[in-house]
Amino acid sequence: MLSAILQALLNGLMTGALIAIPAIGFSAIFAVLRYPSFAIAGYITIGAFAGWTLNVSFGLSMEVALVGAALVAALAAVATEQTIISRLRPSGALTAAIGSIAMNLVLENIVRFFYGNDLRGYDVPLVPDVRFWGLRVGMQQIETLIISIIVMAGVFLFLTRTRFGRAMRAVADNADLARLKGIDPRKVSFVAVALGGALAGLGGVLLGADTSIDPLTGFRILLTVFAAAVLGGLGSIPGAVVGALSIGIAEELSLLVLPATYRGAVGFVAILVILTFRPRGLLGERAL
Amino acid sequence: MANYLTFIATIGGIYALLALSLNLAWGTVGLVNLGLVGFFAVGAYASAIVTAIGVPVVGGIVVAMLAGVVAGVIVTFATLRLRDDYLAIVTLGFAEVVRIVALNERWLTNGADGISGIVTPLRQTLGGRGFDLFYLGLVTLIVVIVWFALRRLDLSPYGRALKSVREDQELAAFAGKDVMRLKFEAFALSAAIAGLAGALYAHFQSYVSPDHFQPLITIYVFLAVTAGGVGRPIGAVFGAYAVVAFMEATRFLADLPFLEPVQVAAMREILIGLSLALILLLKPTGLLPEKTPKATVQP
Repeated sequence: MLSAILQALLNGLMTGALIAIPAIGFSAIFAVLRYPSFAIAGYITIGAFAGWTLNVSFGLSMEVALVGAALVAALAAVATEQTIISRLRPSGALTAAIGSIAMNLVLENIVRFFYGNDLRGYDVPLVPDVRFWGLRVGMQQIETLIISIIVMAGVFLFLTRTRFGRAMRAVADNADLARLKGIDPRKVSFVAVALGGALAGLGGVLLGADTSIDPLTGFRILLTVFAAAVLGGLGSIPGAVVGALSIGIAEELSLLVLPATYRGAVGFVAILVILTFRPRGLLGERAL
Repeated sequence: MANYLTFIATIGGIYALLALSLNLAWGTVGLVNLGLVGFFAVGAYASAIVTAIGVPVVGGIVVAMLAGVVAGVIVTFATLRLRDDYLAIVTLGFAEVVRIVALNERWLTNGADGISGIVTPLRQTLGGRGFDLFYLGLVTLIVVIVWFALRRLDLSPYGRALKSVREDQELAAFAGKDVMRLKFEAFALSAAIAGLAGALYAHFQSYVSPDHFQPLITIYVFLAVTAGGVGRPIGAVFGAYAVVAFMEATRFLADLPFLEPVQVAAMREILIGLSLALILLLKPTGLLPEKTPKATVQP
């Protein structure tokens, strides 16, 4: 039993690290633009398929696939934002959210148009699991964990050490004050959306390498990403990481007592519980 | 062809009820329900299950509406105090959970196979054709009744209080309105209407399965309400029939040369998504914009 719990914790950590990447992307967009972007699911799917095309169709390495997916998804996010959603934001966050769900449908179906509904797998080598202390962990999971840590470190350095990163946090903290200080909100929004899209795209590739992909890949993970963001505090980037790890662990632990098919419901229950007892999330709503 | 048109008109009526439900929550009080299809499914399953154990169809419809209210309470009790975007997230999750439960609790819902042989009222006596016409009449009548009731509600002081919450919650609270209660009641009523639509759907199709309740349906209804005119019941009804007609008309595109069926399906959904985004962008008031009554002059 103890080793089953430890195994669940370990798996949860791995799942959480994977979820954290798109969850940070969602939070970055929310922190600066103040609307929940449902289109993040589309960005994840587009990233997953861009990475797949590079990895399988062109036979390139996973590193190239990751970079390419981040670029393509960032481009998709910026295009979606600039053409439609940024013009809806003056009508309120809810209108922007509905617009983002409409654009998610568009993005998902652009992928479906070109790739169809078939499941596709990345070309990753099959390596036996690593075993220690009676626990098991897949090489792919370890790689995902390492990549997630590198990406998270990069995001934190960007937010704390660069001008743009600091400007983003300033806008997230107080948009009016930031404008008074001469920060151009449009530039910052642009960077936040590009960053959010890139992270979603990376998340898509990591998901694809872990399992397989289809046009609904992003939508299926959306609820878990939301749960991570709400759990940590909407718009908080460290919160997204803490929330993602908590959700990952909660999902895996729940599998000890629930059938695996209920995994997707864990995020929903977690959202309801956290909103009932601690509506501002575990870490509050400050961006960083 | 006549059969087909009867079918479309009945489905149109059921979508009209969904649109009226969404219009009450979103258009009137400003609560976004992205899990509308979940309430629709709850109503359909509730009525299918209770009529299977001998409850008459009318009772099934009442149970469906109550089930909708209960589901509404579940998603609102934690979220209504918070900013409205939380409700959007929670409702989306709710619809997903309904699907998961419907897929997995085989003892209750028969899982992915769905429930078949649901009671179709008076089908034995009226025959297939007669039943279709009778059901079209029934659904249309219910649409008219619900529309009329919601229009009355819109024009009543209570309706104005709901709209004041949509416009400015703090001001409404300052004017002595119990904002939480108004939101809660409007959402519960809206959920009951979605449950009603679900029950009517179940007894029309005589078969429900988790596949009938795709998240896409919620987007169709959003498109219907946006296109028709947010905040105006007749707009929602009109928009629903228009969206169903559009969906059916584009079905004939399936014969396009050079394209796979999945590509045609993808194009239809792109069209739906783009239409919703573009209407929000270019004509957010819809075809039949909400009429704001003039303030009455104090004598």
